[in-house]
Amino acid sequence: MTALDTVVAGGRVGERATRLDGYPKVTGQFAYASDLHRDGMLFGATLRSPVASARIRSLDLSGVAGSPGVAAVLVAADVPGKNRFGLNFDDQPVLADTVVRYQGEPVAVVAASSPARAWDAVGRIVLELEPLPGVFDMEEALADGAHRVQEVGNVLRHVHIERGDTRSAGADVWVEGYYETAMQDQAALGPEAGLAVPAEDGGVDLYVATQWLHADREQIAPCLDLPDEKVRLHLAGVGGAFGSREDIHMQIHACMLALRTGRPVKLSYGREESFHGHVHRHPARIWMRHGATRDGRLVAVEARLLFDGGAYASSSPAVLGNAATFAAGPYDVPHVRIDGTVVYTNNPPCGAMRGFGAPQVCFGHEAQMDKLARALGIDPVDLRLRNALEPGLSLPSGQVLTGSAPVREVIARCAALPMPDAEPLEGRGAFGYPGGTGNVTRGEGIKRGVGFAVGFKNIAYSEGFDDAGSARVTVRLEGDEPVAEIHTAAVEMGQGLYTLLAQIVRTELDIDRVVVRQADTAARNTGSTSASRQSMMSGGAVQMACAQVRAALFERARSQAGAGAGNHELSVGRGWVNAGGHPLARVADLLDEPVSREAVYHHRRTGTFDDKGQGDVHVCFAFAAERAVVDVDEDLGLVRVVQVAAAIDAGRVLNPLGMSGQVEGGTAQGLGLALMEEVQLSDGAIRNASFTDYLIPTIADMPPVVSAAVEDPEPGVPYGAKGVGESPTIVATAAIVAALRDATGRELNRAPVSPDELAGLRPPAATQGPPPCPDVPGQDPVPLYFQSGSGQQRLM
Amino acid sequence: MVQTTFLQPASWPEALEARAANPDAVPVAGGTDVLVEVNFGRLHPSGLLDLGRVRELRTWGREKGRVRVGAGVTYSELITQLRGDLPALATAARTVGSPPIRNRGTLGGNLGTASPAGDCHPVLLACGAEVEVASSRVSRTVPADEFFVGPKRNALGADELISGVWIPRATGPQSFSKVGTRNAMVIAVCSLALALHPDSGRVGTGIGSAGPVPLRAREAEAFLEGHLAERGAWESKRPLEEAVVDRFAELVSQAAAPIDDVRGSLRYRRHALRVLARRSLGWCWNDYREAAR
Ligand SMILES: Cc1cc2nc3c(=O)[nH]c(=O)nc-3n(C[C@H](O)[C@H](O)[C@H](O)COP(=O)(O)OP(=O)(O)OC[C@H]3O[C@@H](n4cnc5c(N)ncnc54)[C@H](O)[C@@H]3O)c2cc1C
Repeated sequence: MTALDTVVAGGRVGERATRLDGYPKVTGQFAYASDLHRDGMLFGATLRSPVASARIRSLDLSGVAGSPGVAAVLVAADVPGKNRFGLNFDDQPVLADTVVRYQGEPVAVVAASSPARAWDAVGRIVLELEPLPGVFDMEEALADGAHRVQEVGNVLRHVHIERGDTRSAGADVWVEGYYETAMQDQAALGPEAGLAVPAEDGGVDLYVATQWLHADREQIAPCLDLPDEKVRLHLAGVGGAFGSREDIHMQIHACMLALRTGRPVKLSYGREESFHGHVHRHPARIWMRHGATRDGRLVAVEARLLFDGGAYASSSPAVLGNAATFAAGPYDVPHVRIDGTVVYTNNPPCGAMRGFGAPQVCFGHEAQMDKLARALGIDPVDLRLRNALEPGLSLPSGQVLTGSAPVREVIARCAALPMPDAEPLEGRGAFGYPGGTGNVTRGEGIKRGVGFAVGFKNIAYSEGFDDAGSARVTVRLEGDEPVAEIHTAAVEMGQGLYTLLAQIVRTELDIDRVVVRQADTAARNTGSTSASRQSMMSGGAVQMACAQVRAALFERARSQAGAGAGNHELSVGRGWVNAGGHPLARVADLLDEPVSREAVYHHRRTGTFDDKGQGDVHVCFAFAAERAVVDVDEDLGLVRVVQVAAAIDAGRVLNPLGMSGQVEGGTAQGLGLALMEEVQLSDGAIRNASFTDYLIPTIADMPPVVSAAVEDPEPGVPYGAKGVGESPTIVATAAIVAALRDATGRELNRAPVSPDELAGLRPPAATQGPPPCPDVPGQDPVPLYFQSGSGQQRLM
Repeated sequence: MVQTTFLQPASWPEALEARAANPDAVPVAGGTDVLVEVNFGRLHPSGLLDLGRVRELRTWGREKGRVRVGAGVTYSELITQLRGDLPALATAARTVGSPPIRNRGTLGGNLGTASPAGDCHPVLLACGAEVEVASSRVSRTVPADEFFVGPKRNALGADELISGVWIPRATGPQSFSKVGTRNAMVIAVCSLALALHPDSGRVGTGIGSAGPVPLRAREAEAFLEGHLAERGAWESKRPLEEAVVDRFAELVSQAAAPIDDVRGSLRYRRHALRVLARRSLGWCWNDYREAAR
């Protein structure tokens, strides 16, 4: 096994520390999960349902028996424990037992001596399916008599938020809009992969690329019928995630095969399989009405949200909770009525993706703000400034903003960032025009537009979850030099967390050599690398552990120095413990025994929604504003994004380099949803499960990003820092599409915008009005009312 | 489980013999199509015939009014070495993939795959190129517009290899344009090549990704050739009337036989071809008029 322990060089909090995994990745030295290897290992392959909705009539394995090199073929009946798992609750079979609910659902797994043999064996399994009706449209899912995707019905969760009375809001002007966003793929470059190794104690060691080791284990162990301590997870090299690795994919399958065969088993998806092997961003339909007084005061927002959860719950309930609480935007609105529904369909399951419900509603509320500005004859940036939230004001869910909320600042800073230089219409290089290298215009048909968007995101988990961070920091001598080691279960997935944790240690202990140990479940649960939470949560735990290590060093220094320490305040610096600024003891001399401390950091407690959707449900918020400048070729409907300006609320910037990376990468992902990214479905089947046909932006599609960090520290949070991983994505899509509307004058109510729409060949997405709200018991996820078992989030 | 034989001839005659002796072995030039197919599990070749060592395929040269480009010439070479003689082909090469793909991918490989979206094909049609193919027994040339016989099917015989392509040197302005929903590294939603041949009074067109095979817009060619001849426009170099450009664009659009697929709609493809035809003709005719001054 490649050791993933990493030595980090240089950089303290606030400095542009270079990514410790940067060089290994760029030079091909970094071992990703797909590179895992054990001598004598077997290779797994998965039989997946070719159709989206069917009853399993029979599964004939006789064709596989005796195939050369095949070590095991497992089906639902072979699942050792319970055949259900899930993030929010366990509604998803490890292997389909009676019915299949989406195309690509795993039905059987094989282990063989080579990948080719494993796939050959999969091809010999005869799966007989009896077609069932399917639901492929989220509005149809709500219709009377619709096919029930799950026994509990098709409503997965309905959230209702009500404040004031929109009908008596006193609005002079109303604007109305309908918006759609498509299913987006996280498109992590590293497909799902892992290696399960059976252990002598009857347990299993799983090396896997994931976002949360402990949540995986909580779902895996019951399915294997093993106690937690016999299921040990180790983080393998993660090739990006963006939410796609929050759910179980190959973990249980690989463990089952390893336990059955007694040999290490590797499962590694190809790109096409990856599209079927992880959840996607929820497609959304959004109806909104905004009311304002003539002088530009936003007084009422009505919103109806419908999200397609696909065949299984994943994190849909939490995604919907977010979407509903953010639907009115970062604005102060006295009268609000928001109804959000997420439904089961026979489409591929949807779950976490960067932004987690916020990008969809931001696309809606920001288009509405522009409409309102036009109706009122007010500058759109000005309208946003007039209605911006600020500390002391509250969200539609009644939650009062007690922490930092620099909404006005992000808007004003963004609007003040320099515009791109003027360019002549003719004679630009290939990348100066829409269509890029395609050579389709020399200035013909070009219109420029500018768009603006503001949005926000909750940091860490909401609705009462106590997703604590935890870390152990150990200081010991290597030779004559003190070395600090960080051990956490926190996942580095390419966002720069480990670099940051090392910066924190260096800052707190003034020790230059920092080692980050490979993350595993031997460390305490530190929650997911998602929800923009790790800088705060694992960062906070590391900071606390450092403080305890420091205290222990001080104690050793005091006892070593005896009375010499006096009553001076102790500090650590340059390899010394100092008293009142004078050297007291060499740190190296205090380390005959290593100092090791573990700390747990909890964020403030949150609550749940009451029956009017009121509640203090989120921990704290990060805000962002982006302005996009675009060139559109109106005849061909092609786009060049000329520039994106971003003002990002970071609380405090811990690593400016890492921050730019997040702002640019996040913007690119939002640009993708604005212009090209869509998982295309036909009767639940993915039509473009490849990077040939699922297009993501290239460097030629990315504009320069000029950005500014707004630093308004969050009280009670380590360094006052807020995560910045998601907020740029949330606003980018809305800002870019707004710029396209500005350039073309077209409605463009659907993301991604197609060339057809930009060229006027296709009308805006149409609606017959919002579907009625379903009749459900309350604000909790519906399956809970039917005693569906709970998933990991309830176990914390 | 199949064993794959790997053949690596060192010269062109050896390559042809290997081809004749192993008709099931799949020729490989840059491998940018073959290896993708293998990787996706769509191709399980019992043998691979690597043409990478065959020097003869990597050469190019002028002969009278034509350029002979070896099948193994890469996109990068087309861009840097042949831009002057074959401007539209160099432009098309520039639209292909990314730098690594342009460094490996070859003209012969593009023809071997014969995808309706292959970016060289419209240019070869517009320029009136001929594909030179050979077996161990005989060599022949096939006009580009007879080479593509169906989606991803070409006129190559089971014992034949592509040796090169004969392309008339540009005697007038040419253009190639490719529409895609991203600004680089994209398979064409549709594409159009246009070549004006003032010496012969001919107009050449080629349409990509808008039919089962790359297509010529023959009626559009004939219409414009007729118009230019009739009005003595080649000599007078007068501006083209809007109506003529419109008509030409309409005929180009009609010549396409597009479908709806994940990359684009039928309607958009027809529309985009009309736009490209208008623009291309505008640029080329303008260049022709300017060049004369
Ligand atoms: C990421 C990526 C991007 C791409 N982008 C584009 C693009 O923008 N535009 C485009 O047109 N294509 C594109 N392609 C496809 C591919 O690069 C081109 O078709 C290229 O020209 C293939 O050339 P090659 O030398 O790599 O062919 P190979 O893969 O080696 O061969 C292709 C086919 O031609 C046959 N063949 C090769 N040489 C001969 C010969 N001398 N005689 C007979 N048969 C032969 C092979 O048997 C095979 O059937 C892309 C491919 C990838 C992977």
